[in-house]
This record gives sequence, C-alpha cells and structure tokens, in this order.
Amino acid sequence: MTTTHDAPPSGPVERTSEGAQELTSAEVASGAERLRERGAVLRLSESAVAEATEEQAPDDETMLINMGPQHPSTHGVLRLMLELQGETVLRCKPIIGYLHTGMERTGEELTYLQGPTNVTRMDYASPLFTELAFSLTVERLLDIEVPERAVWIRMLMTEMNRISSHLLFMATNGMDLGAVSMMLYGWREREETLRFLQEVTGLRMNHNYIRPGGVAADLPDGWRDGVMRLLDMLPERLGEYDTLLNQQPIWRERLQGIGTITAEECLALGVTGPILRSTGYDWDLRRDMPYLAFDEVDFDVVVGSYGDCFDRYAIRLAEIHESMKIVRQCLEKMPKGDYRIQDKKVTPPPRARIDESMEALIHHFKIFTEGFKVPEGEAYVAIESPRGELGCYIVSDGSSKPYRMHIRGPSFVNIQSLPHLMHGGLVADGVAIISSVDPILGEVDR
Amino acid sequence: MADAAADTGAGEAEPEAVPEPELLFGLPVTRSHGQIVLFVPRDDYPALLRTLHEAGYHMVIDLTGVDYLVHPGRTALPADIEPERFEVVVNLINHRERARLRLRIQVPASDPVLPSAYELYPGTEAMERETFDMFGIVFDGHPDLTRILMPEDWIGHPLRKDYDSGRIPVQFKAAPADR
Repeated sequence: MTTTHDAPPSGPVERTSEGAQELTSAEVASGAERLRERGAVLRLSESAVAEATEEQAPDDETMLINMGPQHPSTHGVLRLMLELQGETVLRCKPIIGYLHTGMERTGEELTYLQGPTNVTRMDYASPLFTELAFSLTVERLLDIEVPERAVWIRMLMTEMNRISSHLLFMATNGMDLGAVSMMLYGWREREETLRFLQEVTGLRMNHNYIRPGGVAADLPDGWRDGVMRLLDMLPERLGEYDTLLNQQPIWRERLQGIGTITAEECLALGVTGPILRSTGYDWDLRRDMPYLAFDEVDFDVVVGSYGDCFDRYAIRLAEIHESMKIVRQCLEKMPKGDYRIQDKKVTPPPRARIDESMEALIHHFKIFTEGFKVPEGEAYVAIESPRGELGCYIVSDGSSKPYRMHIRGPSFVNIQSLPHLMHGGLVADGVAIISSVDPILGEVDR
Repeated sequence: MADAAADTGAGEAEPEAVPEPELLFGLPVTRSHGQIVLFVPRDDYPALLRTLHEAGYHMVIDLTGVDYLVHPGRTALPADIEPERFEVVVNLINHRERARLRLRIQVPASDPVLPSAYELYPGTEAMERETFDMFGIVFDGHPDLTRILMPEDWIGHPLRKDYDSGRIPVQFKAAPADR
C-alpha cells in the first residue's frame, strides 16, 4: 500500500498520473462513471441507476489508495486502486498487465509440438490444464483421437493437478486471513501431490507432459503406489482442515457473508468455476459438456448457496474430495495400451527405432525441427480448470505453427468480479475476497 | 456437447452445395470441426447479440481478435462474406441447452470499429479491452477503452501481424525528476 510522505516536497509538485488506466478521483468522476466502477460493470435496474446517479458525490473524506502491485495478498502482481471512505471500499479497479510477456504472440512462433512448453507457464498453479486445453484444440484441428490410455492418464493427471491447485488455494487463503498454520498444512499436502506429479512428469511445475497426440511418457512403474499413498493420506489431512477451519468461529466470521455475488451477476460478468458454483448455479464442464472420459466416471458437482467467500472456500475443499473420487476410478479403470497416438505424422518414432533406422532418425529430426503440419481451420475447446472455464482458440493456416493461439484464462475474466465483490466491504475483507477469487496472475496477464 | 451430432471434417462444408442452407438466427450455419460458427455482418452484430441473449445465450465466454493480414484466404468463409483483415471471434454459451456458438465478425483495417457488447454482456469489458490493446480494434460504446495488458504509453498493437516482435526496445518511463 502507499504511504504518505512525512514532509511535503519542496517546490511545485505536479499530480502524478498513471495515464488513462487510473481510477479518477471522486470529485472528477461523473455519477455514471462511479456507478460503473462501483458495481463493476453490471447492468442495474432503472430505479437503481436513478438512485445512484442522484447519490451525492462523496466529499473529500474519500481517499484513493493503491493496493499492490507488491502487496502480499494480491497473489503476485495485481494492483487494485481503491477508493476508501475510512475503512470502507467505495470503488475498486483492478489494474493488470504487470506479468504480461506476450505468450500468445510467443505461441505463434512455436510449433505445435513446442506449444505446451509455452502455455504451461500461464497458469502455473495448474499447468496441466492449459496443456490439456491446447492439446485438445490441436487434436480437434487434426481430427485425431488419442488412445484410451492417454485419455485416462490425462484425467488422472489433471485431477491430481486440481487437488494440488486447490490445496494451494487452501494454503494461501489461510495465509491471507491470518490462519498461518493452514498455510503450512496446505503447502505440505500440495508438496506431496507435486511429488507424484514429479514422479510421472519429471517436474514439479510446468510439466509439458500433455502434448498433442497423447502424453509425453507412460506412467512410471509404481505409479499406483504413489496414487494410493496420496489417497490414503489426504482424507485424514482434509479432516484436520475441517476441524481447524470449518469449526473455527473466527474463520467463519471472516468469510461468511463476505463478498457475495448472485448467479445472474456471475453470468453477466462471465465468471465461471467455483465462484459461479458458489451461487448455487449448477455448472461444471466436466459433467455438462464432458471431455476426455468424464462421462464414464462418477462424481458430484458441488454447489454453494450464498455466493460468499465461505462457500467458495468450502466448494474448493469439497472438490478435493470429488477429485479424489475421480482419481480412485482412474486407478481402477486405467486401460492398457498406448500412451500416445501412433500416427506417424504427429508422433516421433520410439527411441529404440532411432538406433536401427535411418528413416526413423530423419523422421524424428524433422518432427522436432519443423514440427507437424495442421490443416487449415479454427477451433475452440474448453475444459474445466480449477478456476473455471479454460478455453483455447487456435487458427491454423496449414503450417506447423499456429496462426493465432488464444487462451481464455478463467482468472482473467473472474478478476472482473472484484469491484463488485469488494464494493461496500472493508479493506480487510478485500483481502479475503481477492483470495477467494483465487486469481493466478500468470494466467491473467499471459 | 452440441457439436457431437455434427459430422467430422465438416469445416469444408460449402453453403452452395447444400440445397437449403441451415439457418440459425437468420444466418447460415457453418461448421468448423463440428462447432457451430456464424459469420455475422458487422452491422447486424448488436441486433444479433440481443436476439442471442433472449434465446438463452447468457454468457459471452470469450471474445478475441485475429489478424488475417498474411493469411487472407481463410477456410470455410461463406461466399457472401467479404474477407477483411481483422476478425473478432465471440464465443457464447447457452447453459440451458448446453450449446456453444461462435460468431466471427469481419472488421476492415481501414475502419477497425465494432459496436461494444458491453451493454448486454458486461463480462466482455476486459476482453474487449484486451482485443483493443492487442489489435487496435475499437469497440464503440465501451466505457473504458484503454490498454489493459501493455503499458499505458506503448506504441503499436503487439498481436498484429505487421508488428515486428523482438525488435522493439523495451520502453521505460523516465522517473519524474522532482519527487
């Protein structure tokens, strides 16, 4: 947060300006502008509009203050411009872009095989999902079907990733609200989950594991033990969370009734994922528009009823249980077979063939230098990431690189709900609200 | 998914080959890899959005742009649609019918303006700003059309195909002297 200078600077001082992105001060802002920024961007009824326009402009007791980009509870580099009256947030404007590295542009320079390396770095808390969305879109453009085993491996791995992502949320949410022991516990369990992901993919994060045509490698020997270890460990630990948080009056006080949103507002704002489900809106792409083999597994979609911070927290905790259900079914139903498609156009030849066949070597070289060509066309494929609908839109011009690669990051859209959620609350509640939206700034800025 | 019924490889479906083109909201339906695509004339876009909103497409899930500068002959373009340099792609979702719909709107480079969807779908606020930032497409009626990802004083629109990536020096604002 900004601090005030002790001594007034000598000489004439110009007003500092951050350009057009800045939140204008209340004296300058018109009624309509205040209304828009306050209610986020929602359409209000005509009477509400009339009421708000007639509302007196707040006098100079209001204060514009920056929260972030370095504030610890902004989960990275999110900057919120807040207009405060005392402790109450009147308006809020999220300012993003601090982590923008032009990944969509980079995606146009990389081949389809290199693509997952790039997109996996967007949502760094659940990297496998972005890889999956990208791969599914490329496969849609190629009109290929990956083998059954690859489908189930993808399901297993993404659900594991969902668990780790939600555990990370548990940790950071706890930390933001001062439940520091929760941070340590959440971090500890997340590390266990990441250990399994590391056993399979070789990396804790940014796996580059799910690729067009299948996955990078088969599950290693002993993967079942790794899964079982987690499935045995987690229920007990989650039970501890329940005791530690759900039954704790301070925790409930800090979250219940804070940052409420309705289903209509979520739909208007394009908000998806746990925030939408917390309002009682029963929508999960895994069930409602199934991809992979989610129509063959049995799980529940958890919904809340109040649309407040507590519901969003409780939904994520419950979704860990649901993901464990899916993981258990993956364990039982994991089919035998190939882990990637045996399509010579897309798949590099197996390592053993390279030693004995010149053609295989050339083929291998060409696939990794030139890449494979994808027929002209465009497609949009969406999956349910831990944060909401994660979509990937690719336009192909028939070459081996995407002509246009766009990722619809759920965090980018969800962050639009912040001004609405924060209006009228306290600054301290604002911290809880940012945390409950669970934005990953890598995905917001891309 | 609504596109499950669609035959694969229908991206090349030619409207004139079909005796009676399938119409959806008064526009011929194109299918791209089983996904329903409507090519919307720029002038009809606001009216169509209103129709779609009433028909249950309550959420604009994604809005983005494409610069077709070096790939002008794109696929599956109906005969009566004049290809332009820019295209705005809008993905909508109908939760009740579990259907998705994609709109592709041609935006000419000489006049890169499109009416904003903000009034009906406030969630497009950030997406339209991003498209403006990256492509320089102006959304008429957008309440706050400023750069969202790039720095405030950046010159150019990075996702345009004629934008020379990798050769632009990193721009920093000089710190004001007397502070």
